[in-house]
Amino acid sequence: MSDTHDDHGHSHGHHHSGSELSEVELRVRALESLLTEKGYLDPAALDEIIDVYENRIGPRNGARVVARAWTDPDYKSRLLEDATAAIADLGYTGRQGEHMVVRENTPEVHNMVVCTLCSCYPWPVLGLPPVWYKSAPYRSRAVIDPRGVLGEFGVTLGAGVEVRVWDSTSEMRYLVLPLRPEGTEGWSADQLADIVTRDSMIGTGIVAAPSGAKS
Amino acid sequence: MSSADPGPRVLPDLPRDADGPVFAAPWEAQAFAMTVTLHAAGHFTWTEWAEHLGAEIKAAQAAGDADRGDTYYDHWLRALEKLAAEKNLIGAPDLSERRDAWDRAARATPHGEPIVLGRELE
Repeated sequence: MSDTHDDHGHSHGHHHSGSELSEVELRVRALESLLTEKGYLDPAALDEIIDVYENRIGPRNGARVVARAWTDPDYKSRLLEDATAAIADLGYTGRQGEHMVVRENTPEVHNMVVCTLCSCYPWPVLGLPPVWYKSAPYRSRAVIDPRGVLGEFGVTLGAGVEVRVWDSTSEMRYLVLPLRPEGTEGWSADQLADIVTRDSMIGTGIVAAPSGAKS
Repeated sequence: MSSADPGPRVLPDLPRDADGPVFAAPWEAQAFAMTVTLHAAGHFTWTEWAEHLGAEIKAAQAAGDADRGDTYYDHWLRALEKLAAEKNLIGAPDLSERRDAWDRAARATPHGEPIVLGRELE
C-alpha cells in the first residue's frame, strides 16, 4: 500500500482524477456485493434494517417498560417473572430481545449489566449499545471494580448497598429496573418515561427526579 | 478530561459518550445489517455469531488494539467475513479479488460520481 497522499493533498478546490474508498469500505462492498449476487442479501432490506436501528429503536422503548412497571404493580410482577413476554406486551419484540431478564434495583441492591465477551445488549428496548459499553475498559472493569466504574458515571452508592453485576450472553440479556425517584408520586407513565435514562437501565446511572419538577 | 472524576484510577479510563449516533460511518451500518439479515435467514445462530465476534475482539486486543469501543465494527466486519467464509456463503479468495475490483472501480471513477463495480481505468 504505497502512500501517495502528498500527490493530491487535501485541497478540495482542484480536480481529482479518481475516487478513493477506505480499506473497510472496500471490504464491506466486497462482502455485500458477493452476498447479494449469491442471493443471500437484498440491498433494500439492508437499508430497511439500518433505518429501524438508526431511527426507530432506542432507549425510549425501555423507558416505557420501566415507567409502566413503576405505575402498574401487576405489570411489574409479570416483568420480573417473564420479561420477554411482558416487554412483548408493549410491542417491543425482535432481534436480541428473545431472552430478556429484568433485575430490579432496591434500596439494598444495585444491578449493573455488562457483556464481557462481545457486548450482547437488549436491542428492542435499548437500541444499539453506546461506545463505552463495547469498550474493553468497561467490559473488564465492570466485573472487577463495579463501584469504581459507577463512580466514573457519577453514581455513588451507600456502603451498605450490594452491587450485582450481570454478564449478558447471546442467550440471556438483562435490563435493569431502576429505583423510582422520590417526589414523582402521582406522575403519569408518560411523564415518568421521560426521566428514565439509558444508563439507568444498564445500571450505570440512577434516575433522578428533575429539580423543580412538579409532583 | 472531565473534572468530575471522583478518584484515582489504576485501571484504564472508560470512553464516554452522550447519546451519540448509533453508527459512526455508513459502512458500520452496512456491516451490522448484513449480519442481522444473514442470521435472520438462518445461515448461523446468534451464539455462533457471538463466539466469532468475541474471538475477533480478543485477537485484536492481543494484537495491541486498545479496544475502546470505537473499533467495535472493525471486529464485527472481520468476524462476519470469517463466518460467511466458514458457512460457504463466499470463498475467501473471492473476497480479496472483489475488494481489488472495487478499489480499481473507485480509482477509475471521477470524484463525486457513484462508484460502480466493473469500471476500470483506460
